[in-house]
Amino acid sequence: MTYHSYDHRTGAEGARDALTERQSSLFWGLGIGALAGASAYALYAARRDRDRLSHRPADSAPGRSAKQARFGDYAVVGRTVTIDRPRDELYRHWRDFTKLSEFMENVKAVEPIDAAKDQFRWMIAGPAGTDLRVETEVVSDKPGEEIAWRALDSSQIDTEGKVSFRDAPGNRGTEVEAIIAYNPPAGELGRWIAKLFQAEPALQGRRDLKRFKMLMETGEIATSANRKSDK
Amino acid sequence: MRALTWQGKHDVRVDTVPDPEIVNPRDAIIEVTSTAICGSDLHLYDGVIPGVLAGDILGHEFMGRVVETGSKSTLKKDQRVVVPFTISCGSCFHCKKTQYSACDNSNPADKQDLTEKQFGHAVGGLFGYSHLTGGYPGGQAEYVRVPFSDVGPIVIPEGFDDDDVLFLSDILPTGWMAAENADIEEGDTVAVWGCGPVGLFAVQSALKMGAAQVIAIDHYPNRLNLARQMGAKVIDYTQTHVLEALMEMSGGHGPDAVIDAVGMESHGFAPDTMMDNVKQAVGVGADGGHVLREAIMACRKGGRVSVPGVYGGFLDKFPLGAMMEKGLQIRTGQTHVQRYTKELLHRIAEGEIDTRFMISHRLPLEQAAKGYHNFRFEQNDWTKVVLKPGMQDAA
Repeated sequence: MTYHSYDHRTGAEGARDALTERQSSLFWGLGIGALAGASAYALYAARRDRDRLSHRPADSAPGRSAKQARFGDYAVVGRTVTIDRPRDELYRHWRDFTKLSEFMENVKAVEPIDAAKDQFRWMIAGPAGTDLRVETEVVSDKPGEEIAWRALDSSQIDTEGKVSFRDAPGNRGTEVEAIIAYNPPAGELGRWIAKLFQAEPALQGRRDLKRFKMLMETGEIATSANRKSDK
Repeated sequence: MRALTWQGKHDVRVDTVPDPEIVNPRDAIIEVTSTAICGSDLHLYDGVIPGVLAGDILGHEFMGRVVETGSKSTLKKDQRVVVPFTISCGSCFHCKKTQYSACDNSNPADKQDLTEKQFGHAVGGLFGYSHLTGGYPGGQAEYVRVPFSDVGPIVIPEGFDDDDVLFLSDILPTGWMAAENADIEEGDTVAVWGCGPVGLFAVQSALKMGAAQVIAIDHYPNRLNLARQMGAKVIDYTQTHVLEALMEMSGGHGPDAVIDAVGMESHGFAPDTMMDNVKQAVGVGADGGHVLREAIMACRKGGRVSVPGVYGGFLDKFPLGAMMEKGLQIRTGQTHVQRYTKELLHRIAEGEIDTRFMISHRLPLEQAAKGYHNFRFEQNDWTKVVLKPGMQDAA
């Protein structure tokens, strides 16, 4: 059946056939027959799998790497990086929120609102020179393992984040996984945030984690700027 | 300071630009005494490497004198150093495995997106070699900011001229690693495509590593002569059927190892080359691959393919069937320079390795544009150009 359609579509091969004469016409015939058979089987198999697997079991990948990475109203971005430093050292560095702006590019400063309640105000560089104010409190703190925070009602964005630290296999240091979920607000601000995140999902988080890795592994953050003022 | 800047295809100029400063604690500033134009700079010159911006300072083979150090640099003022073209932090997973050119931390985070998209992983930082590899200002300049100066530069003791040791920065270790990647065994026949500086050093290295014969392939008589001087047999591909000759010269066996020291801009009037040229001209990210295809076809069953030549995109008509059916192994990559500098400096000191024979021209930095033009268009005679910022400009 599909033999004929293949035959027509491969005019170039047909021409080559004529050039190289008899010995290869058998080869091409077999080759095309095999291709046709394979593609027919693939079609059949795809349909069969669709029918049988309309409810696919979950695989082992983290949920945020799903092709559809929205969970209810929240968009989720995340990234894992291995850093060749001990878990506790990385945890301690991240736990001091006021130091996060060292490696988070868009975060201008993080200041305590109420240190006793573990509440912080993040000043994030916004559109047209305005700053975005995100106010969070720490909701989970497991030393050496995990830090999680969630936006307060006073925050301009509804967001939550979590960073976790696991020993990497083979003494390779620590697997650091950072996840940010956010629910973009309506209006101009929401449109800007959506644009910022959706144009290149996870881009900023990815870069920030790389800078964290540089800082912890090398003591500095790589730059190709030739002068301090170009940084 | 004065520096050679890229302006566009076949347009490079020496310009006055701001001096570099110490930016990070592990930096050092080097005053350049010698810097070479590399064959891979010609890929930038020809405009086939993406991510080069007008005004970028080129150059990744350089050496000089330390003039300033950051608080965490281990170098001292006035030391003479050769600087590897690969920028490496020394403390990440890859650096610890001596895979220095795969450093995780030397390519700035905002520049890593490009190669992460293109290659699946971000590559390490290199001097003067496009924003894909970090956008670091290069060494064809009076001064260079050298990041991670406690890891890269090798301090040169008294008693060596610049010309003895300059090539430790790239082409000598690159030729050496090319031969190492070919896993040479006693009695091997090794075929090397390209008698440019890397190919010539690969010839010398392969013989040092015990190859019974090295066959070098090119079409420039002068370059073939240099290969012959280094002890190679030569094939001029304009005169000879390369595949047939290689079979005949290896007793019908085929070379045990093949080395592609040409890369993405291979020449020759083969149909595949012409098609590749068209695709490069219209900028669809295609590599020219005539040499690599031929090398794979030539290699004996179970043999080794080593690729020091630079590629940056995609290759059509890759003879994967030949690779698989003959059971070949392929090894490639930007050179892990820091892995080799100490040993090679020792070999230079012992007189085992000749580093000067290929230098054809020494020019003041001010004449760098002329150097590029002739290295590109007069390849027979201009085999290696060394630029000296301190040299008097005779012209």
